[in-house]
Amino acid sequence: MVKQKKTMNLNFGPQHPAAHGVLRLILELDGEIVEKIDPHIGLLHRGTEKLIEHKTYIQALPYFDRLDYVAPMNQEHAFALAIEKLLSIEVPIRAQFIRVLFCEIGRILSHLLNVTTQALDVGALTPSLWGFEERETLMTFYERVSGSRLHANYFRPGGVHQDLPRGLSEDIVSFCNNFPKVIDDLETLLTDNRIFKQRNVGIGIISKQEALDHSFSGVMLRGSGVPWDLRKAQPYECYRDFNFKIPVGKNGDCYDRYLCRMEEMRESVKIIKECINKMPSGPVKSIDGKITPPKKKDLKNSMEALIHHFKLFSEGFRVPIGEIYTAVEAPKGEFGVYLISDGSNKPYKCKIRAPGFSHLQAMDYLLKGHMLADVPAVLGSLDIVFGEVDR
Amino acid sequence: MPITTTDLEKIVNSGLTTAVKKSEINFGQLYIDVELKNLVSTILFLKTNEKCRFRQLIDITAVDYLGKDKRFKLIYLLLSHENNLRTVINIFIEDKVLVPSINKIYPSANWMEREVFDMYGISFKDHPDLRRILTDYGFKGHPLRKDFPLTGHTEVRYSESKKKVIYENVKLDQEYRSFDSESPWEGTKYIKSEIEKK
Repeated sequence: MVKQKKTMNLNFGPQHPAAHGVLRLILELDGEIVEKIDPHIGLLHRGTEKLIEHKTYIQALPYFDRLDYVAPMNQEHAFALAIEKLLSIEVPIRAQFIRVLFCEIGRILSHLLNVTTQALDVGALTPSLWGFEERETLMTFYERVSGSRLHANYFRPGGVHQDLPRGLSEDIVSFCNNFPKVIDDLETLLTDNRIFKQRNVGIGIISKQEALDHSFSGVMLRGSGVPWDLRKAQPYECYRDFNFKIPVGKNGDCYDRYLCRMEEMRESVKIIKECINKMPSGPVKSIDGKITPPKKKDLKNSMEALIHHFKLFSEGFRVPIGEIYTAVEAPKGEFGVYLISDGSNKPYKCKIRAPGFSHLQAMDYLLKGHMLADVPAVLGSLDIVFGEVDR
Repeated sequence: MPITTTDLEKIVNSGLTTAVKKSEINFGQLYIDVELKNLVSTILFLKTNEKCRFRQLIDITAVDYLGKDKRFKLIYLLLSHENNLRTVINIFIEDKVLVPSINKIYPSANWMEREVFDMYGISFKDHPDLRRILTDYGFKGHPLRKDFPLTGHTEVRYSESKKKVIYENVKLDQEYRSFDSESPWEGTKYIKSEIEKK
């Protein structure tokens, strides 16, 4: 009798707690071994790029909060930078520092969520409870500065919306003093944990070359030993002035990526502290009244300010004809915006390059030959958020 | 030894000679216009050339210029880690033209090309798996084309009578409002000429 090879198809998701959102995977299994994975994405597709084409530049900005909703301001940053370059306007130095400050808070927000839910996926419940407490603190910082925990709409073209409220810097500093202790605590739970290591070491390995070929960026690339970080390589804002290290992995497996994220959080804390220490004074948005709205006080006194305010929030501003690609090092990797302006008050096209899109694409490559139980472990370490993958 | 954008422009122009229709440097990035037939050779050159080393494909996208002869512009974004440079390759194509897939050169092109196909309806030759990627199962049309309405054509709801989710034509209580807030007032002539001088 000839033994026939039988594979089984298994549907994973779209509503599965380990899928980190609405992901549907069609798995082809030979026993417990994964033969093929076909991810079906787009279940959270909201047509962001189409909507942006129909909105003015200021109206389009909040859509970026809704992409990677775990670290909203990092997304806004890329869009704001693209507009600023096309307009060729300068951002005041204080605004640049505030942007760096909140980008790093976003990085911690994202890494905390990812590391702890990755642990949750492989069976550890406690880290997520500890991590989410800290995330809550960080989100109150978001709320105090922008009025909203998640959908901040804070980085505007030309600067940031408002100056830091009184007392916020002190509270962020005291958070920074306590937070390394929390990272240490998380590490005692995970780094040497036997179960955590068994589930992650040697799982989902990707070599340097393969990581490059699959368009990986961010931690996914650094985990495989490529020292590439846009904050260092192509510094935007004032990242040049900061002293921080880029943690790089060795083996390119899930465990190395976890270690990289933990180290990056420590580096982010350093940047935040340095940022607050060096925070210069001055305006927080461009003084060009054609780009940034006037102060509330001026609205009551100046006719010009009133006209500017009215025109900005009805017509918006016009951006000179041009095409530009700008990228920032978002927590998940290279987040880019390809912006085409036709000279009107709305973008002609805005393509969003989400890091998670190419990471998820490599699922099939990463998991071929692994066990079914490794699927959530790899998925967790890819750091997927469907807001940005599906757009 | 890393090269600069101007070096790169020279290398590209001498290496590809007539394949490059136009090259320019904007915002520190090199923009190259090529013909469709030279697409694969250009990308292969940029990837394999000893000096260029564009080993990462960042993204593929398209733009719809509705009403023009060559309706679509395909955009390929490449990144070189060694040189710390980015390049943008532009290709103008007509509607319903088959574009060669670069999936063999960069494996990550697979989903990017699927996305362009889904959003713009541009088909790729020799693509291993050209299915829709972001839109719904059984979706019709290509949403990012400029002649596709913002509201789409269909909407879904759960039908209590049929006990399933059904698709219906979009019914809007109020049309999507697109405000034309451009001012008809252009200012006095002498101010206008001052502005134009700047």
